Amino acid sequence: MASVTLDKVNKVFGSTHIIKDVDLNIGNGEFVVFVGPSGCGKSTLLRLIAGLESISDGELSIGDSVVNELPPRERGVGMVFQSYALYPHMTVYENMAFGLKLAKMVKETVDDRVMATARILQLEDLLHRKPKELSGGQRQRVAMGRAMAREPRILLFDEPLSNLDASLRVQMRNEIARLHQRLESTMIYVTHDQVEAMTLADKIVVLNAGRVEQVGTPHELYQRPATKFVAGFIGSPTMNFMPARLAGHADLGCRVEVEGIGELTLPQDADRHANGEPLTLGVRPEHLRLVEANGDNAFEIVNVEYLGNEVYVYLEPKAGETLLIHRSEAPSPWRVGQRVALTPDPEHVHLFDPQDRALPATRTRAAA
Amino acid sequence: MTSRQFNKLATRIGFWLLVAFVAIIAVFPFYYAVITSFKPSSDLFRVELWPSSWSLANYVQVFSQKSFLQAIFNSILVATSVVFIALLLGITASYALGRVRFRGRTTVLLVILGVSMFPQVAVLSGLFEVIRALNLYNNPGGLILSYTIFTLPFTVWVLTTFMRQLPMELEEAAIMDGATPWVTITKVFLPLMWPAMATTGLLAFIAAWNEFLFALTFTLTDSQRTVPVAIALLSGGSAYELPWGPIMAASVIVTVPLVILVIIFQRRIVSGLTAGAVKG
Repeated sequence: MASVTLDKVNKVFGSTHIIKDVDLNIGNGEFVVFVGPSGCGKSTLLRLIAGLESISDGELSIGDSVVNELPPRERGVGMVFQSYALYPHMTVYENMAFGLKLAKMVKETVDDRVMATARILQLEDLLHRKPKELSGGQRQRVAMGRAMAREPRILLFDEPLSNLDASLRVQMRNEIARLHQRLESTMIYVTHDQVEAMTLADKIVVLNAGRVEQVGTPHELYQRPATKFVAGFIGSPTMNFMPARLAGHADLGCRVEVEGIGELTLPQDADRHANGEPLTLGVRPEHLRLVEANGDNAFEIVNVEYLGNEVYVYLEPKAGETLLIHRSEAPSPWRVGQRVALTPDPEHVHLFDPQDRALPATRTRAAA
Repeated sequence: MTSRQFNKLATRIGFWLLVAFVAIIAVFPFYYAVITSFKPSSDLFRVELWPSSWSLANYVQVFSQKSFLQAIFNSILVATSVVFIALLLGITASYALGRVRFRGRTTVLLVILGVSMFPQVAVLSGLFEVIRALNLYNNPGGLILSYTIFTLPFTVWVLTTFMRQLPMELEEAAIMDGATPWVTITKVFLPLMWPAMATTGLLAFIAAWNEFLFALTFTLTDSQRTVPVAIALLSGGSAYELPWGPIMAASVIVTVPLVILVIIFQRRIVSGLTAGAVKG
């Protein structure tokens, strides 16, 4: 168990700058998830921590020591790979014992460690099988066992569930969560799936184009996204965005004008912005209310998706291409072709400035 | 019989006739060598598909020559050494060329491919000087050196192709487990590379076993010769007699082990040679 600190870490491959000035503190025993779209640098960041890639600039510390120059085996990290990367010619036992034998441990210790790990992961009956005789979920567990057997201070997971089918993925997700509760070790987990990130993480790190967009608990990221990118990335279905214009300042916030909705008084602090400045309004699908309406300002329902427990209603937007989404519990009265007026819930509305940063809430709201 | 069925049958018969033709062209000379080796010398020039009388006299004569036994031993020594050295150097080189990123890697690979296309004769005189300078003339070491030079490009090329196919994450997993490159090669990659190694090793063995030009040029005395040269220099009772019987017997003796080896490894040879050709 150990903490991890990244201080202005950079990674450059040739002429591409992949990781840009990443600062990050990962506490002892925390479960941290790196999430972001493909190519955002999340896997590279993990490999920098593992020691599989060298750090171009900045400082990486594990525990109290700087480990920039240490080879992976001296960093005390274990890694679970996306393709599992089990040694095909070795049995499950040999796979898990490989690293221990290389560390020149005596046979009894190797045996004890492997058996203890196998017990935790319920692999005891499979110890003498080869990887090709295992199912996907079992291979996944062996890969975790191999990483855990050396009792690393930090466990790294590189998209470990992306090779599994949907139902198994949910099951393994649960197992990983329970494993973390049980081992209480520091874990860093990379995924592009925001559901995995939300369900597993103590702390989520959202990465975009090599930069950290926001760090926070799943709750913080969902409730108070710091940028438009985070707002759009976290949450499914994604947040609705509508162009807006700052219409004026109010006592406890500001007034904005949104096409098709009209003027809204919102609890965001827009003191640093001039009247008339273009903003973006963000509303999650569950924070929209629909009322039957007619006239120019009404939105047309173009599709209704019934999911059993809830219903997604898709609306033709006033600007842009992306359909607006409304989510409500089933059953829903809405039908395709109906025209409706939209009312966002002002308590759950987000405003983003032209640089896509979220406008802060006014002090009164923050205190409340 | 409809015309369609007839066409189908005709096509099949034609196909198998063609196969039989190719097989006869390929196998008949060897077959004739085998039966000739079992004929008594008086029957040698009687043309027949099945010998009317059998005799082991040719074999007895070949094995009674001490120089021939010495030649077989030399051949085995040279060929196995070449295989061993070529595989050792090939595996390590292919790790570097397949896995380590360094400047000029492609150039090195292209040079290796280019060198493998050099004809033997072109380097014969130069190599002769090298071997003289190294004091390896008339010594199996000279043959081992020259065969290894000619085998390595192919070995390295095939093994590099194969090495590149092994998943990168496997090596990274080994690194995370604390393996050094040498441990990764011997404990992780080697067990997975047997098909490629069987192929390249066998081909290197065959090439070294069959080689004639270098073996003739770089050896002088009977005690240092390899089998192909020894067979060519088998002499009869007089200058006017070519001892066909013993020559055929000797050929069979040195060919049969190769044929057996190839039959044992043929599946692996195919899978090893086509590795990298098709992704799958």
